[in-house]
Amino acid sequence: MDRYGMQNQIACIRRSLFDQGYLDEQFIQLEELQDDANPNFVQEIVTLFYTDSTRLIQNIELTLTSRPTNFSKLDDYMHQFKGSSSSIGAKKVTSECAVFRQYCAAGNAEACIRSFQHIKQEHAILRKKLEFYFQMMGQAAVAQTT
Amino acid sequence: MELMKSENIVQDRQPQPQEEEEIMQQEEEEEQRFHVLAVDDSVIDRKLLEKLLKASSYQVTCVESGEKALEYLGLLHHSSPASSSSQHHHQGHKVNLIMTDFSMPGTSGYDLLKRIKGSSWKDVPVVVMSSENVPSRISIRCLEGGAEEFMLKPLQLSDLHKIQAHLLKSLPHS
Repeated sequence: MDRYGMQNQIACIRRSLFDQGYLDEQFIQLEELQDDANPNFVQEIVTLFYTDSTRLIQNIELTLTSRPTNFSKLDDYMHQFKGSSSSIGAKKVTSECAVFRQYCAAGNAEACIRSFQHIKQEHAILRKKLEFYFQMMGQAAVAQTT
Repeated sequence: MELMKSENIVQDRQPQPQEEEEIMQQEEEEEQRFHVLAVDDSVIDRKLLEKLLKASSYQVTCVESGEKALEYLGLLHHSSPASSSSQHHHQGHKVNLIMTDFSMPGTSGYDLLKRIKGSSWKDVPVVVMSSENVPSRISIRCLEGGAEEFMLKPLQLSDLHKIQAHLLKSLPHS
């Protein structure tokens, strides 16, 4: 594919991420912060998010299995998770976190467990999509130099 | 052999006159730039805030907790740091603005705010940030505690003008 075709494809991928509600305007903020001094800023911060949130997921999982359910601890973890996902513009992940916190506040352990499955799902889906997006951008960058 | 090695090390440590000038220029420029101390337990939010502030050419120091912030400001052991001529210079540090997250484990943003306002750093403007809409009683409490502003995270480029306003207010009056 020629470089213009690639750039069009990348633009389409990016637009669909917003149209389908995976990303919100905070992601655009990240893009606007990227500059020549930090040409990989968006990818770096997304990578940082996935490293950090993986740790949080493990902690939440552990806390969900212990009885009695420590809702206060769960809420703390989820507050962090929601904050981070909101900071990178991960729209669906953030809203699932909000749902979890409502069940947490209501002391509904079963609903928390179900909600957590949704969070992990959205977390994984977004990861795949962003990885593909960054991969395409990397390929386009190479194509531009050849 | 070893004597020769140490000689080389000494030589390497002595900058050339040109480099010395550059270093001095750099230090001067840094002195003129505003320095923001950013406190947040989220590694993502620290990275974001740092980038945002650097985009405005501010110098930034990020710390991960209220305790670390108190340590940086020399307030950790309840002793007041030696006062110096400028209200923003202590411990060899210059701080023009402190931005802190509200909900942090251990020393919270509010605790940090109170400690700062009760110390010789009290004239440094403090902005408190939160990742969610806190009840107004909380934001009011922070404002009454001496915070300049309560801002919602994630901060955006469009929020920078507010930060600049607080920094400009902090300039010493002639």
